[in-house]
Amino acid sequence: MTTTTPARHRVPGLSKVPGIPGRVLPVVATFVLFVLLFGVGSVRYEGFTSGQVFANLFIDNAFLIVLAVGMTFVILTGGIDLSVGAVVALSTMLAAATLRAGIPAPLVILLVLAVGTGLGVLMGLVIHHFEIQPFIVTLAGMFLARGLCFVIGVESISIKDPFFRALATGTIELPGGVVITWSVVIALVIVAAAVWVLHRTRFGRTVYAIGGSESSATLMGLPVARVKVAAYAISGLCAAVAGLLFSVYMLSGYGLHAVGMELDAIASVVIGGTLLSGGVGFVLGSLLGVLVLGVIQTLISFQGTLSSWWTKIAIGTLLLLFIVMQRLFTRRAS
Amino acid sequence: MTDTPRPTTAPTGDPVVAMRGITMEFPGVTALADVDFRLLPGEVHALMGENGAGKSTLIKVLTGVYTATSGTTELRGERVAFAGPAAAQEAGVSTVYQEVNLCPNLSVAENILLGREPRRFGAIDLPGTRARAAELLGRMGLTIDPASTLAEHPIAIQQLVAIARAVAVDAQVLILDEPTSSLDQDEVAELFRIMRHLRDQGVAILFVSHFLEQVYEIADRMTVLRNGRLVGEHLTRDLSRLQLVSAMIGRELGVLEEVERLAEDAGSGTSGAPPVLEASGLGRRGSIAPFDLTIRSGEVVGLAGLLGSGRTELARLLFGADRADSGSVRVGGKDVSLRTPRAAIASGIAFCSEDRKGEGILADLSIRDNLVLAMQAARGWARPIPRRTKDELVARWIETLDIRPADPDAIVGRLSGGNQQKVLLARWLVTNPRLLILDEPTRGIDIGAKAQIQKLVAQLAAEGMAVVYISAELEEVARLSHRVIVLKDRAKVAELDASATVDDIMGLIAETDATAAPRVGTAARTEQVAS
Repeated sequence: MTTTTPARHRVPGLSKVPGIPGRVLPVVATFVLFVLLFGVGSVRYEGFTSGQVFANLFIDNAFLIVLAVGMTFVILTGGIDLSVGAVVALSTMLAAATLRAGIPAPLVILLVLAVGTGLGVLMGLVIHHFEIQPFIVTLAGMFLARGLCFVIGVESISIKDPFFRALATGTIELPGGVVITWSVVIALVIVAAAVWVLHRTRFGRTVYAIGGSESSATLMGLPVARVKVAAYAISGLCAAVAGLLFSVYMLSGYGLHAVGMELDAIASVVIGGTLLSGGVGFVLGSLLGVLVLGVIQTLISFQGTLSSWWTKIAIGTLLLLFIVMQRLFTRRAS
Repeated sequence: MTDTPRPTTAPTGDPVVAMRGITMEFPGVTALADVDFRLLPGEVHALMGENGAGKSTLIKVLTGVYTATSGTTELRGERVAFAGPAAAQEAGVSTVYQEVNLCPNLSVAENILLGREPRRFGAIDLPGTRARAAELLGRMGLTIDPASTLAEHPIAIQQLVAIARAVAVDAQVLILDEPTSSLDQDEVAELFRIMRHLRDQGVAILFVSHFLEQVYEIADRMTVLRNGRLVGEHLTRDLSRLQLVSAMIGRELGVLEEVERLAEDAGSGTSGAPPVLEASGLGRRGSIAPFDLTIRSGEVVGLAGLLGSGRTELARLLFGADRADSGSVRVGGKDVSLRTPRAAIASGIAFCSEDRKGEGILADLSIRDNLVLAMQAARGWARPIPRRTKDELVARWIETLDIRPADPDAIVGRLSGGNQQKVLLARWLVTNPRLLILDEPTRGIDIGAKAQIQKLVAQLAAEGMAVVYISAELEEVARLSHRVIVLKDRAKVAELDASATVDDIMGLIAETDATAAPRVGTAARTEQVAS
């Protein structure tokens, strides 16, 4: 960071919009954007304004929500985790292969969660103790996890396990005839848990402190090492959960699942208003970020004539827009 | 300034901290040699010494950042060896550093209590946290909203919040390492009020500052270090300023007088010298009003004014760091466009920023790399400098400027402030500029280094270099400069000749706005001692 006044800290995301604290402004902006996009859809396409279309946003993106939650922890500490997409693929592959081998579903789930968390812990330890950029370490983790998928098998393996099948087809009917899946419930529980951890526990506040200033956090006597490693462990755990949800969604394991999904997760977090430099952001923002991506996809599918790749273009544009917007806020504040 | 009466007798009682025979050796350097140090409860104790005298090292040994090579540390009579600042804090030894070490993105309350928040059912008790923070702030007489974000507050308040955090642990020993370097006069007064308050509650305060005035105002006792050795432990009132300065720098105070003589020698006959830089109507909207300025070869032009008067802005225009939107500049008689620093450097202009860490030195590189950088840039990347030339050059500048340690491979970030400043100076001097702009070159560095830098400036001018000298310390500006440009509210208001005194300058600054008190108060200076 270059500031002309050396002593004064730059205020991230602080703005002068009356009535809204600067910190939550990006989240509010994302929410407004979501409402606008949904509104556009409602006006243009018949049948868009239904509870089910809204619920489908959650159903189709449950795994991405979970992934974005984990990513938020890491980005809040000022880090990044590029491995999560590959860990999702590894989780689907691991689940599918072990289920095919006849291992009972609960054991499979535990195994997948353990592997994902273990990878996260490993990367966190390397990042913290060898002081290597998270980008490189998690890039290595990404190659490792992706490679392991193909060690397990090069073909797609379908999942026939009754428990996974039941999860995939089982639905919960909400008032008004809207239907959601168990994946949505799991994702939302994880979001709620993350909000609680980040805001109401010392661990969570330390995550923010590290993102604000790691050296200060150390001098303040906070357990920086433990919390930093734990952030990657949480990201790994979330990636494993997302992988399980994705196996339920696809009912298959495949080494080429979730290619580039880590980037979708990062995009969601950033669009949700979290600063890549760390210390500022909210899990709910990340949730909104995922929903914005989801609603763009839905819009494009309702349009019908557009290639789904337009989603990527829209995401790219939005991402740039949000980064520029954050920069402007930061500049105005300083 | 309100003052609780200073104890008429020396603070008594058993020392809360007793360090004996502390020796700290780093590879090749003995930072501390057999140093004894005692800190009594209920005293403000100043740790005095030049940069590199071992003050920071002693503090780091005490707080467990370093493990002493030999010697013992006792806290309340028990031998301790802290594993780190966290452990020291746990035992009641808290440190507040020169830089505010808090998290700007969190609330004031969180910054005070992070890691120690009151909890209920495993969750942080938010109202409880705020209440406790408000109580701690209240005890220090601060009425800021604990829920507000730390970054919203000025640096001085942040510094006080850091102190609130330090005392929140029931600290018995509070170490304040140069807490005043970024504070103005009123803020210092506020800090002192709080320090006295804590002292009266029995807290032992270890205070480090380069401002002698402040030390004499607040400290009960002082320990003087020089070159890693203990020079003495004194009651403040038993030690005159002159004695203190002599103890600290260990040599006669002829240096500053020499500066004055040099400046006077050079002062004669500069009016006929060719102008190095002529600016006419140069200005930038919102930054500084259009001004005329001529700087001649061999001349030191001082820029005086309060913080925010446009001193730095003027310098940045001359260096092309900001782009002027009016006026023109002639360098060496030729019209030039100083649109970028690159263009300014090509015209022979050098600029040492006030933000040493952010805009000056490259902290992770060695002294050699830092020195060679500017020269390499001037030569162009295609013409590498031969290794031997580099080594000679670096060795010469290290010697000329007395940079310590005199090791070309020393990492600049680990040097003391004064030595970092010298490296930065050397980096520009290597390119042999025609005009050298120095923005606050002596801020936050000790007397010895200050005098050396001022002497160097006078010498450079005597050799024909033109110098623009910016400092908040009017004494310094008045002493060194052949001409003083007085700035106020982002405009040049006057130009004084070498006979200008501090009072003249202050008079001009205060002229139309009597309420603005110049910063000379906090900057009441060591030079006064010498003269």
